[in-house]
Amino acid sequence: MDFIFNIEGGDFTNAGFASSEVKKILKKLNVDPKITRRVVVALYEAEVNVVAHAYRGVIHVDIDTDHIGIVLDDEGPGISSIEQAMQEGFSTASPKVREMGFGAGMGLPNISKNADVLNITSEVGKGTKVEIITYLKPQ
Amino acid sequence: MDAPFFFHALKVNEEVCIGCSHCMNACPTEAIRIWRGKAVIDENQCIDCGECHRVCPVNAIYVDQDEFDTIFNYKYRVALFPSVFIGQFPDEIKASQVYKTLLEIGFTHVYEVERAVEILNESILEYQEDTSREHPIISSFCPAIIRLVQVKFPSLVDNILKLGTPSDIAAQFYKKKLIDKGIAKEDIGIFYITPCAAKIAAIKSPVGEEKSVVSGAINLNNLYNRVYRKIKEGNPDNTIEAEPTELYDFEILWTLTKGESSRVNGRALAIDGIHNAMEFLEKVENEEVTGIDFLECRACHEGCAGGILNPQNRFLIVERMQDRVARNREKGGNITPSGINNYKEYLKRKLPLGEVVPRSMMMLDTNMAEAMKKMKLAQKIETQLPGIDCGACGAPTCRALSEDIVKGNASLSHCVFVQKVLMKNGEINMDTAFAIIDKIWGEQRVVRGSLKKNNEI
Repeated sequence: MDFIFNIEGGDFTNAGFASSEVKKILKKLNVDPKITRRVVVALYEAEVNVVAHAYRGVIHVDIDTDHIGIVLDDEGPGISSIEQAMQEGFSTASPKVREMGFGAGMGLPNISKNADVLNITSEVGKGTKVEIITYLKPQ
Repeated sequence: MDAPFFFHALKVNEEVCIGCSHCMNACPTEAIRIWRGKAVIDENQCIDCGECHRVCPVNAIYVDQDEFDTIFNYKYRVALFPSVFIGQFPDEIKASQVYKTLLEIGFTHVYEVERAVEILNESILEYQEDTSREHPIISSFCPAIIRLVQVKFPSLVDNILKLGTPSDIAAQFYKKKLIDKGIAKEDIGIFYITPCAAKIAAIKSPVGEEKSVVSGAINLNNLYNRVYRKIKEGNPDNTIEAEPTELYDFEILWTLTKGESSRVNGRALAIDGIHNAMEFLEKVENEEVTGIDFLECRACHEGCAGGILNPQNRFLIVERMQDRVARNREKGGNITPSGINNYKEYLKRKLPLGEVVPRSMMMLDTNMAEAMKKMKLAQKIETQLPGIDCGACGAPTCRALSEDIVKGNASLSHCVFVQKVLMKNGEINMDTAFAIIDKIWGEQRVVRGSLKKNNEI
């Protein structure tokens, strides 16, 4: 099953909408609450990343009986060093974003912790694509 | 539908219910449908919060309680009552008078539940010392919140504080105290005076305990009337003497909003109101809010002062309870020990709760592939529905109807808008449409003072 959500850059008010919707869907599909939680936490962090850094983005959620695949595709500044971005505490968030309680540099590491597969591809000046896969059965 | 997991304290009186759908729209877990003109509560979804009871215009939602006279089945009859009970009475009626009157009307012992708070508070602080626990710790105080977490936030069940409540401790204490005096177990009846339905459900089918020590639950509203009347009648029994009524400030205030959160370590928040609790737990489950150590969640606004069985206004109850605290302070705050501390180690051993299991009832099917099929179909159906959530189909929202349809509990023609299209296209006639409406709203429905069936065209 596929679901699509749009994200507006800078709209912190609605960051979390997609993760809440996906959570409701997974509950209805009787997905293990522990797995649902991992998916939702990873997606929420990824949503906030798009809101905080990009201009706009699209989330594609693909639900299957053996995995949940999420792709966040954004138009934005891109990430110059993914390796650096993956380090805990590293952040390029503006002081304004930090004041709002975001941008602690825990986003990508937290996604990584809650995902079975995390693929990030980025082009500076164009945008970033984050792919999160969570398996429903032990691999 | 499978057998219900739990006893529920909220029931629909079908004789009285007019199927007006107020309760259906107020239910936070969408557990109510209207069928054949009556409200029907899905026992697997109900969390006993009592929101339906609050909004029912004809008092058709009743609370399944123990009748007062059942106390006389026991030789020793203990009234365990919460501090909010004292808060129902006007200022001129003192706590001591309420204590005394409870003895006059038939109880042999009275005990204010909040006297157990000191031991619970100490145990919570010890519990918090184990930092490996899931955070935030969600208080186990409000039984409707425990059930809400089980039904709607199953991934948070491990966050629930695995300690009992003040009434659990008070009941254990009083039972033990009487047994130690040589009284036979079967002669002891312990009755909890409850301000809410959830507590009755918790006593009849406890979560995390095998069996409750409490023998029965008595409706606070009924007892208030009984006690108040006795006081108003005058001629008190002067041979009965009231026990000391002083409690610590934090004990009296424990069941009100911030009662717990102000007495625990770390960052603690107090959330009251079932919808506020749902909104907040949603954020906690998504980890949108982090760094909170303790969450006090209560289904009722103003905590237990807002319980559905309180006869008085919640804000006046809070004021009176605060006045009681102020008076205690003026008197110097001396507390006469109730003896509960002599049993502290025993009670602390009894305090831990067992596992709280999720009972998620949100799913469309237990098999994921089947659930996905049903979800696809439900989405397709939902796009055909008007989306105005009018409730005329007997379900609270268009989405709820579409899910009821795929679960086999309703059909598309229940929607009045769909019916209109079907009639227009000649696919159903008016009689069929009326028959459908009757199934939802009942044949006996009153239309402007006369029964609908008398108005046949």
